[in-house]
Amino acid sequence: MHYFDHSATTPPHKEVVRTVSEVMSQVYGNPSSLHRIGVEAERLITKARQVIASCLKVHPETVYFTSGGTESNNMAIKGIAFQYQNRGKHLITSEIEHPSVYECFKQLESYGFDVTYLPVDATGAVKLEDLKAAVREDTILVSIMHVNNEMGRIQPIAEIGRFLKAYPKLYFHVDGVQAFGKVPLRLNESGIDLLSLSAHKIEGPKGAGVLYCRKGVQLSPLLAGGGQERGFRSGTENVPLIVGMAKAVRMAAERQAQTAEYLYKLRAKLLACLSEIPNVRVHGSANEREMAPHIVHFSVPGMKSEVLLHALEQRDIYVSTRSACSSKDDRPSRVLLAMGLDRNEAASGLRVSLAASHTEADIDYLCRQLKEVIQQIGNIHNKEGMKE
Amino acid sequence: MKPEFILLRFGELTLKGKNRLQFENRVLSQIQRQLEPFPSVKLHKTYGRVLIALHGEPYEEVKKRLLRIFGLASFSPVARADLDLASIQKKSLEVIQAAQNKPQTFKVSAKRAYKPFPSRSMELNHQIGGYILKHMDGSIRVDVHHPDLELHVDARQEGAYIYSEVIPALGGLPIGSSGKAMLMLSGGIDSPVAGWLAMKRGLKLEAVHFHSFPYTSERAQQKVIDLAAKLAVYSIDMKVHMVPFTEIQTRLNQQGNNHLLITFMRRAMMRITEKLAKKREAGAIVTGESLGQVASQTLTSMDVIGRVVNIPILRPLVAMDKQEIIQLSQQIDCYDISILPYEDCCTLFVPKAPSTKPNLRVVERIEAGMDWLDEEIEKAVEGTELITVKADHKEEETSDWF
Repeated sequence: MHYFDHSATTPPHKEVVRTVSEVMSQVYGNPSSLHRIGVEAERLITKARQVIASCLKVHPETVYFTSGGTESNNMAIKGIAFQYQNRGKHLITSEIEHPSVYECFKQLESYGFDVTYLPVDATGAVKLEDLKAAVREDTILVSIMHVNNEMGRIQPIAEIGRFLKAYPKLYFHVDGVQAFGKVPLRLNESGIDLLSLSAHKIEGPKGAGVLYCRKGVQLSPLLAGGGQERGFRSGTENVPLIVGMAKAVRMAAERQAQTAEYLYKLRAKLLACLSEIPNVRVHGSANEREMAPHIVHFSVPGMKSEVLLHALEQRDIYVSTRSACSSKDDRPSRVLLAMGLDRNEAASGLRVSLAASHTEADIDYLCRQLKEVIQQIGNIHNKEGMKE
Repeated sequence: MKPEFILLRFGELTLKGKNRLQFENRVLSQIQRQLEPFPSVKLHKTYGRVLIALHGEPYEEVKKRLLRIFGLASFSPVARADLDLASIQKKSLEVIQAAQNKPQTFKVSAKRAYKPFPSRSMELNHQIGGYILKHMDGSIRVDVHHPDLELHVDARQEGAYIYSEVIPALGGLPIGSSGKAMLMLSGGIDSPVAGWLAMKRGLKLEAVHFHSFPYTSERAQQKVIDLAAKLAVYSIDMKVHMVPFTEIQTRLNQQGNNHLLITFMRRAMMRITEKLAKKREAGAIVTGESLGQVASQTLTSMDVIGRVVNIPILRPLVAMDKQEIIQLSQQIDCYDISILPYEDCCTLFVPKAPSTKPNLRVVERIEAGMDWLDEEIEKAVEGTELITVKADHKEEETSDWF
């Protein structure tokens, strides 16, 4: 099997699986219980918080556990919007955010908030000038992702953070789900107030995530209840997944630099191969250091991405398409359109996402199969006289 | 600049002769134990100075551990250059460029211990200083009287040692050099700070904690162990005596004389601690008392409570303000644990109006009527559980899950 969809999810690390399973069977206590069974569970949660905090180089009290990236994003964005709406009702985000961010803002619009969606340039990056022009007196939140999940462009988070430091009444949220463990980030001094992370993108369990929330920032909770997670997120803590996530976060953080270097090597190899196939267009920036090391996005204009995806699937290769929501509705990707691609290109996008477990031989295999598949489908199209 | 060595300096310069040697050896053995996780590190004692050779071990991590050593006054990261002028100049420039806080002025203090080296000390000063001035584009000047940075170059046969940064360490006396004492560790903010200060003056400590299970929770005991682990950061490990105090406490509570309850409790605790001290060959009791904080800490109370034992009671916090204590508590990383809201045995059964001026004769007379007390104190001492806590105690149990 050749799995190239690590941006969708990763196979959990076997050490993570062991941790989750052992903790699940051995430490079943409710961390809020007063007796020792509860105390034991609480200690694991405390330790997990410390481990994750030290990986992020932040204070443990700033680490909140959630059910994943979607919840972290919702908790941050709506939490800030509802908590600070008396300061202002203007919010800023970009046109290329993940749906769990984008749809939050759509929802907030329906509640009467005013949202500015920043455009991106042809490489898929938000421009600082656009943000500068968009910030207003009543802006309370800026939310920009660190790495785009579809085409892998790294966003200028550090610059934005530096700029926003001059606005103490405005909060800066970063969706770091695709970036963590691949692209370095120094949270301290970054100007970032909130950061979302997800465990299952870094060989951790599904159903666990983190929201970093700087000390002193208040959030209106989405989930009311027993007051867990300092009242920001009620609900009995999912101890085994949280401990498993801590392990995954630690491994990802420790190996980040090596992982990135290795993945850039694989990525360059894949790009070299794609450049040999006629009619293939790679998206994003040509400067590889502006791109996440694990994502390659390209399109083959005239070929629908689902067709390519299934043809590759027949050869035991698994990639991703984000181009159309359904086969009937030929609505191309909002992200690709925002980058200025035409509908034809946007409807034929494929995403290959890599992991450190891949070898150069895996890339060679993928390249060979891609070439064959594209040629094969191209022939059929020509025979049938299909128009582009 | 990546340091290859660390130059150590010891405190208490007043010490001389044999004492000084003993003192240094104690500090060095502490350093050796602290640096056990870095097996490549070697200690070199030559010509009256002590150098740590890193042999590739990470300087930042070693530095973190040196900052836990009592008796170490300061230290410096040292770079090494081959013994030729060009290498020395180049490395010296690197050291200056890596200096913290961008110094505006500097001077070079070169020493030529290896006489066959062609440049004399004064010449070396000029050759190195001139090279630095030339390569720093006017961003730094020479000031031989009050330089921001003093660059030390020590030319020896095996190479030139170059350093500028002097990092202040904890100072104090090496643990154990002043003997051993029992620390009454409650779980509050004060007692760990008192313990830390006592350790700084060279005392080896064993902690004593009184628990009243089931009136106090498992969490309260865990909290004490966590605090002991924070102190163990400085002493490698910390023994904790867990004294069962429930029986004495409930019986004292039934006794009546509620306004004197705290006095009776504290006296019983002192007696138990003294007995444990005798068993463990400790010469004093350390407490976190500070004057006038609570009812049991008035001068009269301290007197009545302290008279029950015959060994010295040390109160390192006696003259400190709460704010100073909190600052120290944060510095040694105990504060966040100390403020966790679990009942301990001192906050249980607290009378509404405890006496601030207990009368010794009255107290002694009532106690004399408690015919059960001596026996219960013996029982508590017998029932005491001894736990050894390591600095990283939590990691050991569950580390492979993380």
